[in-house]
Amino acid sequence: MTGPATARRRSLRHGPGPLRRAPLVLTALAVFPLVFLAVFFAWPVAAMAVRGFGPDGTGTDVTGLGGFVDVLTRPRVLRVLWFTVWMAALATLCSVALGVPAAHVLYRLRMPLAGLWRALVVLPFVMPTVVVGVAFRSLFADGGPLAALGWDGSWQPVLLAMVFFNVSVVVRTVGPMWASFDPRVAQSAAALGASPREVFRTVTWPQLRPAVISAASVVFLFCSTAFGIVLMLGGLRYSTLETEIYSLTVEFLDLRAAAVLSVTQFVLVATLLVVTERVRVGARRGEERLRRGVAQAARPPRPARGDVPALLAAAAVLALVLAPVVTLLVRSVRVAGAWSGANYTALAPMGVPAALSQSWRIAVDAALLALALGTCVAVVVSWRARTPLGRRGIAVLDAAFMVPLGVSAVTVGFGFLITLDRPPLDLRSSSALIPIAQAMVALPLVVRTLTPVLRSIDPRAREAASALGASPLRAWMTADLPLLWRPFAAAAGFALAVSLGEFGATAFLAQPESPTLPVLVYQLIGRPGQANFGAAMAASVILAAVTTLVMAVVERVGAGAAGRMG
Amino acid sequence: MKTHESSARSAERTGRAGVLATGQPGAGTRVGAAALAAVALLGASACSVSDDVKTGTSSSQAAGADKTVTLVTHESWSPDKKVMASFTKETGYTVKVVKSGDAGELANKVVLSKNNPLGDVVFGIDNTFASRVAKGGVLEPYTSKAASASTSMYDLPEGQGKGALSPIDTAAVCVNVDDAWFAARGKAKPRTLDDLTKPAYKNLMMAPGASSSSPGMAFLLATIGSHGADGWKPYWNKLMNNGLKLTSGWSDAYGVDFSGGEGRGTRPIVVSYDSSPAFTVDKKTGRSTTSALLDTCFRSTEYAGVLKGAKNPEGAKALVDFLSGQDFQATLPGSMYVFPVDSSVELPSDWAKFVTPAKKTIEVSPAEIDKNRSAWLTQWKDVTSK
Repeated sequence: MTGPATARRRSLRHGPGPLRRAPLVLTALAVFPLVFLAVFFAWPVAAMAVRGFGPDGTGTDVTGLGGFVDVLTRPRVLRVLWFTVWMAALATLCSVALGVPAAHVLYRLRMPLAGLWRALVVLPFVMPTVVVGVAFRSLFADGGPLAALGWDGSWQPVLLAMVFFNVSVVVRTVGPMWASFDPRVAQSAAALGASPREVFRTVTWPQLRPAVISAASVVFLFCSTAFGIVLMLGGLRYSTLETEIYSLTVEFLDLRAAAVLSVTQFVLVATLLVVTERVRVGARRGEERLRRGVAQAARPPRPARGDVPALLAAAAVLALVLAPVVTLLVRSVRVAGAWSGANYTALAPMGVPAALSQSWRIAVDAALLALALGTCVAVVVSWRARTPLGRRGIAVLDAAFMVPLGVSAVTVGFGFLITLDRPPLDLRSSSALIPIAQAMVALPLVVRTLTPVLRSIDPRAREAASALGASPLRAWMTADLPLLWRPFAAAAGFALAVSLGEFGATAFLAQPESPTLPVLVYQLIGRPGQANFGAAMAASVILAAVTTLVMAVVERVGAGAAGRMG
Repeated sequence: MKTHESSARSAERTGRAGVLATGQPGAGTRVGAAALAAVALLGASACSVSDDVKTGTSSSQAAGADKTVTLVTHESWSPDKKVMASFTKETGYTVKVVKSGDAGELANKVVLSKNNPLGDVVFGIDNTFASRVAKGGVLEPYTSKAASASTSMYDLPEGQGKGALSPIDTAAVCVNVDDAWFAARGKAKPRTLDDLTKPAYKNLMMAPGASSSSPGMAFLLATIGSHGADGWKPYWNKLMNNGLKLTSGWSDAYGVDFSGGEGRGTRPIVVSYDSSPAFTVDKKTGRSTTSALLDTCFRSTEYAGVLKGAKNPEGAKALVDFLSGQDFQATLPGSMYVFPVDSSVELPSDWAKFVTPAKKTIEVSPAEIDKNRSAWLTQWKDVTSK
């Protein structure tokens, strides 16, 4: 922990010899994901922008600049821009404020059924937006249990829904990281007389900061591109950049204005990423001083008196997550004012089993793809480059894979249509685009889950193994891999969950003939009659249950593997 | 608990190893090993994904040669499986479906992919988007040979899709009322669009928004058709002042807020379809608890057409014929909740008993809709977001 030790370690890691190969390997690793990003994101988006600004656009002037001034000075657009930014910022703040204490409770304390609670927190991630919208509106609309608040069609439900969907991102990015901290540092600090608050401020927070900032930037991007939930809960009074781009592209075919807004979105995202990178670089200096070398050195402690605020926050998170879910559950077993399981028995003829297996197949593809690409990216960006140029390159790479989260799915979807239309990449009508698009969404989450852990892995264990004669691969497997299993399992779970529930991006792509479960739910709820409505509720409950199960199993496997591999 | 203990042990071991740290740098090897693992994973996933890719491209390439016909449609396409199988049996053509987005997206995608069509047949272009597609020059002139004479009333005007789009299904968007609610309170139901602005119906109505929902758009068009290009904005002002509440979509308005819907909401007036009463039948009384106001309806008809540059034009024509043929028409109410355009087709018993189809609907021509859509929607947004 002292200066000389750090210096020695650095001199070892950056010594000559095998390291000279590293940049080559890194470049090779970076190429795969970069090509992927270029083909399935940059190219389609650029093509839409070019078409919007070019003579093909619907605008009368062909210079893009005039378009910018024209579109960006519309009062409506300014209002939309402002709402997008402050809403996303507020939702991010709330998600972090609730998510960090909840991560402490769910990952660091000995709680009954901790695994179940951890799995439940991810539920919102897979709930179909349209159903969550109905559930939230049922709470706030006239006659609902929370109607007295008068929030229906106002911004508060939008905020709650954004937190509902995203608090799990914070819990699950921060939690596994936090759980693997060496508690002895904090214990020593406490033994030396530091108060719990001082321990948190001087020991825990500097270690935690990178993960929290990572999670916060992902949440901000998710919130700033929220689509369905804003449409449904905002009662048409509110729009975000994303809903505006949708209406310009789909309703008006005003590609020029849509392109202006897409570029604006891009600039917004880029700014955000530059700012967070600055903050994170600052944070990383602290991290370097406090590198840990131990994963879970002890059984997690029981909750103490000092944990009460955190327990309250965790309870609030669970309440927020469960309220709409319970609403759904109740509605799914009510038929014509009586309790009944009819909605569930009707699911089979409505094609729910087929949809579930379709969802599952696509989710496995998407998760494998996201994990493969995400591991490449995470390994590259967690590399500590020696030159400023190298560091900057890595920072840019890190940011590049975040951008797809912040750019309109409509633009990407329509971009696919006009770019991927020639062999060998005639994928417009291929359902292979769905797992690819979902992998793009899951990729930043995978990277953000793996990178902090990779960055903070203590090289000494592996170095020791090498010293004792282990081959490099073996040294890596015995020393580093055990620390990686848990975050890797978390990342896999995330990727599966994203894919199982994803609807936004896929809604704009060619869908396979047999629909996925979220798509089927969307179809069912759009049809008349109690039977369809009830089936939509029941199918959502099934989707939620399956996801909870998958998450719990992945978690178990991850934890078990972490144990065995040691 | 077992896992916790074992991982704790492993951690201890790693920790001890950490203390011994003296050896050679292994950073490069970490990268190497991770690369290996990643490549292995990528290989594994590439297999399962690329299978899809292969089948995707091969079938579209082979479309011209073999007996595949590709249907481009919207996400609500959910035909009766048996009837689609009978098409393959009768003609030998297999239908490959490409569906995405709503009717508006479908229209725009078809227009945008003009030079390289997404498939052979498009289904799901409605009368509000017909003109945009017709003007886009993306359709081959062909109309169904199998359509009965009764479908001609849905034919599009000259230059707005006539001769290239064949009507397939139709539905009327009408204001619906919860009869039970009005009966229980001894109040008179509204009848016309103008009734809806009367104080007696203050805070009782729900509608999906025109900017985000196709029935919402249809309702806006009904008010434009009935009150004229100048009169509809004052009318909407009155509606909003009378407490009209808007939601983004139909399912939300009908399923949460409407008192006659699944959510047992508080508002007894809602924008829905003329067929909706067939789905609110009270089992005890054997009567529907809701009804449609037939003077407030706007007709939405969906069309099919052969795409220009189709790889399988013969198959495309056969499919358009099939969609307007009696067999397929008869399955429309049960599978897609719309009326067949062929009036000689028998309707399901619930439809026959409880639905009064809208005869006289409010008209706005496709060309006029296409010309003014953006302007109307922008103005509508201004009026409703005050």
